[in-house]
Amino acid sequence: MRKEDVPQEGGWTGGCREVNYAVDDRGRYLLEPSLGWGPKNVALSQAWEEIREQLIVIIAEVKAGKSSPLAYHMVSRQMDPSLLSQYSGVARWRVKRHLKPTVFAKLSDEALTPYSGLFGISAGELRTVPSEPPPPPAEDAPSEGDAP
Amino acid sequence: MNPEFHHRQSAHCESGVTANLLSHHGLPCSEAMAFGVGAGLFFAYVPFIKLNFLPLTTYRIGPGGIFKKATKRLGITVRQQTFRNPEEAENALDRLLDAGRPVGAQTGVFWLPYFPPAYRFHFNGHNLVVIGKEGDEYLISDPIFEETVLCPKADLRKARFAKGALAPKGKLYYVECMPEQFDLPKAVEGAILEVCRSMLSTPLPLVGVRGIHYLARQLTKWPDKLGDRKTLLRLGHIIRMQEEIGTGGAGFRFIYAAFLQEAAEVLGNDKLFELSGVCTELGDLWRDFALLAARVCKGRAAMGDSFQELASLLHTCATHEETLFTELRSAVAR
Repeated sequence: MRKEDVPQEGGWTGGCREVNYAVDDRGRYLLEPSLGWGPKNVALSQAWEEIREQLIVIIAEVKAGKSSPLAYHMVSRQMDPSLLSQYSGVARWRVKRHLKPTVFAKLSDEALTPYSGLFGISAGELRTVPSEPPPPPAEDAPSEGDAP
Repeated sequence: MNPEFHHRQSAHCESGVTANLLSHHGLPCSEAMAFGVGAGLFFAYVPFIKLNFLPLTTYRIGPGGIFKKATKRLGITVRQQTFRNPEEAENALDRLLDAGRPVGAQTGVFWLPYFPPAYRFHFNGHNLVVIGKEGDEYLISDPIFEETVLCPKADLRKARFAKGALAPKGKLYYVECMPEQFDLPKAVEGAILEVCRSMLSTPLPLVGVRGIHYLARQLTKWPDKLGDRKTLLRLGHIIRMQEEIGTGGAGFRFIYAAFLQEAAEVLGNDKLFELSGVCTELGDLWRDFALLAARVCKGRAAMGDSFQELASLLHTCATHEETLFTELRSAVAR
């Protein structure tokens, strides 16, 4: 890649101005800041869109009484039962049981502590789901280096 | 606190960490050199290891490998520790910082609050250097960022004990003792040969040039086997592994080309400068692959034909890699 071809297409730079390796006129390598590249933006937004779609399905399932709110909070942190089990210390078969609304409804605040502690939310918040998933992280203006 | 630690931004986390640590300890070293001497370049497609629920495609050796290999080749004594207990892990870090030592750590990106939200996936192979502590926050030299950053204690603890694939288990590493002198040419030569070996003659079909051919063959089967949605997710995942932050672009082929230029000088071997150009072209080919893959993901190119084209681009990449590393091997071996 030549220095002048280093992409400056904006998008998901998120305050992170990266450096790319590129060659100058004499073919010598140098480091050149990059402000985002199209294909990378596509791949990133695809990943976030996928999470959002999963969440929309789960919110509907929670409302229909097919999944517990824990399923929502799990997926919104990009976890599955196995990963949630490793993080919370709750056995996987129990995590899976807690994804059932009837079982989940009977759990005390105390029984929810492993999850609420991990997610940094209260037991009350853990029992509710929003009406729609949060928007994916915003694409930012390429000119600003605003750290989150 | 380590006021004299010089933070330099780099394209990729672990080679940046390695270069910054070695420079701190008195061996001026560029990121590309650290990547090269650490024999960082690699390829593997490992469908049975999942990252964010998708098959792993990697363009570099495993986390920790670059630091380990680079320091070993240069005869540097390093220490590495993993922990069971987070508290113990934190105490060990604090003790090292108190002794004025910058410490490398492996972390999970998902838990690092200073990362842009868009990048916060479960990826546990992120390396950074902890250089100090200010109250309840750690001062961190994260090579991906322009400046040093602060990270609350509780968050770093979570990041160091991230779970799932590549779990860091609180891993810390640091330079204990530098040798009197370095044999850089020998290290460079050995590292180049190692990469040639792993790319050309690993007996596993998932690795190196054969791995790229394998991925190309698999790729064409995805649309029928997995359906459109899953196929596109997998394709997008490959682009992310190849291009996302910390890859130095083009799956590390550009950073390796930069290393080959430095290697040409270290070894006084002009052929390596020429091969650096070949490696740059290879990187450009990988970028063409990412471009086309992104068009397919966005629905701007028809699925059926595009997958044949994507596969043939991958085969071309593989053939070019084979040529490059074969020539590299004969240029270095005597």
